[in-house]
Amino acid sequence: MRSTAKRALFEPVIDDNPVTLHVLGICSALAVTTSLLPSLYMALALTSVAALANTAVSAIRKVLPSSIRIIVQMTIIASLVIVVDQLLKAFAYNMSRELSVFVGLIITNCIILGRTESFASSNPVGLSFLDGIGNGLGYSVILIIVASTRELLGSGTLLGITILPTVADGGWYNPNGLMLLPPSAFFVIGFIIWAVRSWKVEQVEKPEFRIHEVHRTEAL
Amino acid sequence: MGDHVELFIRSVFVENLALSFFLGMCTFIAVSKRINTAIGLGAAVVVVQLITVPTNAFLYHYVLEEGALGWAGLPDVDLSFLGLVTYIGVIAAMVQVLEMVLDRYFPVLFQALGIYLPLITVNCAILGGTLFSVERDYTMSESVVYGLGSGVGWALALIGLAGIREKLKYSDVPDGLQGLGIAFIIVGLMSLGFMAFAGIQL
Repeated sequence: MRSTAKRALFEPVIDDNPVTLHVLGICSALAVTTSLLPSLYMALALTSVAALANTAVSAIRKVLPSSIRIIVQMTIIASLVIVVDQLLKAFAYNMSRELSVFVGLIITNCIILGRTESFASSNPVGLSFLDGIGNGLGYSVILIIVASTRELLGSGTLLGITILPTVADGGWYNPNGLMLLPPSAFFVIGFIIWAVRSWKVEQVEKPEFRIHEVHRTEAL
Repeated sequence: MGDHVELFIRSVFVENLALSFFLGMCTFIAVSKRINTAIGLGAAVVVVQLITVPTNAFLYHYVLEEGALGWAGLPDVDLSFLGLVTYIGVIAAMVQVLEMVLDRYFPVLFQALGIYLPLITVNCAILGGTLFSVERDYTMSESVVYGLGSGVGWALALIGLAGIREKLKYSDVPDGLQGLGIAFIIVGLMSLGFMAFAGIQL
C-alpha cells in the first residue's frame, strides 16, 4: 500500500511528468512565467485544484453514470477554480490582477481533466488525492524551472531580489530581453525536454521516418 | 469600422492566441503533425470561436455583470462570480449543438470536422478568447470581430506549424529532441516571427 501511494505521489514528478512526457497542461501556464512569484501562485493554485478535483471525482465515482461524467467533472473543476479565483481576489488582489485570465484557464488545463478521467474515476479517494498532488508537483517543477530561468536571465532577479546586478543599476550583467518575451518560454521548455530525455533515454520518441536506416552508422 | 479592422488584424497577428498567449498548446502540439488534420481542426476552432465569444459576451453584458440584471428589475445583483462555470457550460453546449446541427444538415462537413469538435471543449484558446473579450470589456460587435480574428490567428499558427513539421520529417533531429522537443523549438521560432508584427500601427 505504501509503495503504491509513494508511486502515485512521486512518479509524475520526473518519470511520468505530465508536461514533458504527455504534453498536457502547458497551455495557460507559460504566460505567467516571466517572473517567479506569479508562477509560484499559479503552481499552488493548480496543485490544490488538481488534488481536490481528484478527491471529489473519486468520492462519487461509484454513483456517477458514465454518460454524463465529463460534464460533471467539468462542473466540479469549474467550481473549484471559482473558489481559487475568489480567494485570490480576496487575499492577494494584485496577484490576481497579474495572473488575470490564466487562473480561469485552469479549468481547461488538460492535466486536471486528464487525471480525473484516467485516474480518479477508477481509484480510491486517498490515492487519487496523492495522484492529484503528484501531478500538480510535476507541473510545478517545470513551471518553477522555466520561471527561474526567465526571471534570472531576463531581469537579473529572483522573486524580486537582485542576484545578478544589471548594467542599468551599475552592475555587470547585461539582461537578455528575449527572456521576457513569449518565444523564450518555448525554447526553455524545449531544452528542458531535451535534458530530461537525455537523462531518461526510454522517453525518447521514435522518429516517424528515416530516409534510410543505416544513415547514422555510416556517418560514424 | 476602422477600429474593427484594426482589432481583427491585431487579434490575428500581434496578439495571436497560440504564439503570444500560449493558449490551446496541448492540441496545438498534438494535432500539428499533418496539414490535413490541422486544416480541419483550424476550421472547427474558427467556427466555434465565432459562435461562443459573442454568446458569452452577450451573457456577460446582460446577465452576469454587476448591475446587468437591471432590465429584470434587479439592479443590485452581481453574478460575475458565476462567470467561469457559465462560459464553460456555454462552450460545451454550443459544441454539442453544433455537432448535432452539422450531423443533421451538413453531413459532409460533419465528416470532416466531426472528430475535432469534442476536442474543442477543453481547448484553452476557446475559453481564453471568451475571458479576454470579457476582461477587455469588448462591445458586442467588437466581440464578434475578436472571436473571428482570434480563431483565424490560432488556425493560421496551427497550419503553419503543421507545414513545418511535415517538412521536418526529412531532417536528422538529435534523439532527445525528437518529436516534442523540436516542436517546442519551432513554435518558439514561429513566435519570434509573429512578434515582428508587433510594431505595426494601422
